[in-house]
Amino acid sequence: MLKYFVKRVLLAVLTIVIISAITFFAMYAIPGGPFNSEKALSEVTKAALEERYGLNNPVPVQYVNYMKNLLQGDLGVSLKTQREVSTIIADGFPVSAKLGGMAALVAVVLGIVLGSTAALMRNKWPDRLIVFLTTLFTAMPSFVLATLLLYFFSLKLQLVPVWSPGSPNYLLPVISLAAYPTAYITRLTKTSMLDALGQDYVRTARAKGVSGVKVIFKHALRNALIPVITYVGPMVAYILVGSMVVESIFTIGGLGSQFVTSITNRDYTVIMGTTIFLASLMVTANLITDLVYKLVDPRIKLD
Amino acid sequence: MNDEKTLRRSPLSLQVDLSKFSSADFEPASEEEKSQQEVMSESVTFFRDGMRRLRKNPLAMASVVVLVLILLTIIIAPMIVPYGYDEIITVNGRRDKTAANMAPFTWSQMEQQYIDDGGSLFPHIFGTDSTGRDYFIRVIYGARVSLSVGLFASILVLIIGMLYGSIAGYFGGKVDLVMMRIVDIIYSLPDMLMVILLSVVLKEVLGTALQGTVLDKLGSNMVAMFVVFGLLYWVGMARLIRGQILTIKENEYVLAAKCLGAPSSRIIRQHVLPNCLSVIIITTALQIPSAIFTESYLSFLGLGVSAPMPSLGSLANEARQGLQSYPYKLMFPALAICLIVLALNLLGDGLRDAFDPKLKR
Repeated sequence: MLKYFVKRVLLAVLTIVIISAITFFAMYAIPGGPFNSEKALSEVTKAALEERYGLNNPVPVQYVNYMKNLLQGDLGVSLKTQREVSTIIADGFPVSAKLGGMAALVAVVLGIVLGSTAALMRNKWPDRLIVFLTTLFTAMPSFVLATLLLYFFSLKLQLVPVWSPGSPNYLLPVISLAAYPTAYITRLTKTSMLDALGQDYVRTARAKGVSGVKVIFKHALRNALIPVITYVGPMVAYILVGSMVVESIFTIGGLGSQFVTSITNRDYTVIMGTTIFLASLMVTANLITDLVYKLVDPRIKLD
Repeated sequence: MNDEKTLRRSPLSLQVDLSKFSSADFEPASEEEKSQQEVMSESVTFFRDGMRRLRKNPLAMASVVVLVLILLTIIIAPMIVPYGYDEIITVNGRRDKTAANMAPFTWSQMEQQYIDDGGSLFPHIFGTDSTGRDYFIRVIYGARVSLSVGLFASILVLIIGMLYGSIAGYFGGKVDLVMMRIVDIIYSLPDMLMVILLSVVLKEVLGTALQGTVLDKLGSNMVAMFVVFGLLYWVGMARLIRGQILTIKENEYVLAAKCLGAPSSRIIRQHVLPNCLSVIIITTALQIPSAIFTESYLSFLGLGVSAPMPSLGSLANEARQGLQSYPYKLMFPALAICLIVLALNLLGDGLRDAFDPKLKR
């Protein structure tokens, strides 16, 4: 068990190192420095700028410097706004985390409830309705859903106010972010619930005269939820990536929309910093998911 | 047979007592009797069996119909509609400035004038966009781009994943160990973030490298997207195929082929891969919609195909600007994405039910 844990943690660390290397060299490979898009700069100014940002050093030196700073939490300075990248992340992330956390919570709770309902009422109308909706929402990209919701509920019907930093309304962004994971968890729960209901231990419990509710909650659901744990890691990744477009659409000033802006502006240090930050989050989420999964279900063999 | 008993039969003997048979029992079978043994239904191959089951699935068949209709539309429509996807509408060779942001099936002032003068024009089925380009043809081309990206990316993933997975699975041992560690590392990278990052970079890098080549026409973004897919998404396929091969290669027919001296390449092609077919078909079918999803997402971020070439994602993104006044501009590409992905998803599910031997009932 310990061996497996150590192995997984090491793999996660290695992954983050690789990601930071890919990020650094990818950005380095871009032809033309970050100052190309500005108005024509004189050679002297350009050299001074490069000197200031350490761009005139050889690549390995630049990489080592970057990694050193990275370990100290220093992600450099935005090339466009001159703000510290770590400050940009620290400013944007709380909003994104709140939005993403709410979406994740909605997805897990709603997904489990809908999935169990569909499994217990198999082939009746609630099941069919749930299957129809999940099929629909797995085919709808988050940006389409977000734009449609914004148009109908905020602009046309004016039921939900448009987002403003003073009075944030999380309803529509959370719905657009949570729709896909909810549909996915619903499907997952339904399949594993059906599987669990057909198991011998459920039949034994029923035969012993355990009440229907108790069988469902204590025997079937508890085992049916194990596969759902495996989806938590990918869900965090989906929500983080999805929040980029959703935040841009609802003009929420979170980390996601910052990232999109930095892509449009070719603000390399911000792209690098945000990518490493988000990637580390995703890798950590996957690591925790894997470890919890193994801890929860002793039947799973460790490799 | 001989009725005389020469030896006494042991009462415990299990030997057949021939005295119970007459010589008539050993006559050759007549034609009529032979025909009773004939198998009534012809033997069905794996592929046909799967197709038969697929045909019984109404949802999957409906998706096939929808997909065929979409394919026909995007192939035929550009031949009929006289506008180009990047063509700004002109009347009598003069740029029509009033033809921007028109509602579906309406004419601009200049066009109306032209029609009143006795000319005939092709209607703008979805209206026009903000620069005065026919929106219908743009959506059609957008769907073309999205579908072809999905298809080619999946084929690329299939080829790389199949080669890698079959080599790792077939040779096993140290080769497998090393190859699979590489897969593990790529697998643990957050794919969408890497896709975004690589698209940003490759767009710049390839833009200069491709100038003047055939690929330049395709656009650096398109090529970047294929490279990204080829670099990242094959790992899932490689893992699946390796797993399949690990079980298949233990079968006796593989051993037999080996004993007969068949080379590894032949065993992989002739014996192992055909048995992975179901996994390959299902995974590829489900890969296409996910590739379309990714492409539309990238295009929405402005990292997809380069303008003026439209894609469904970039059209949806452009439509956000005038959302309040021209909501239909969002509806058309959004509906097209949803319809295509929905049909492909349902078809993929149908294929899985039809071809996955584990689900056979």
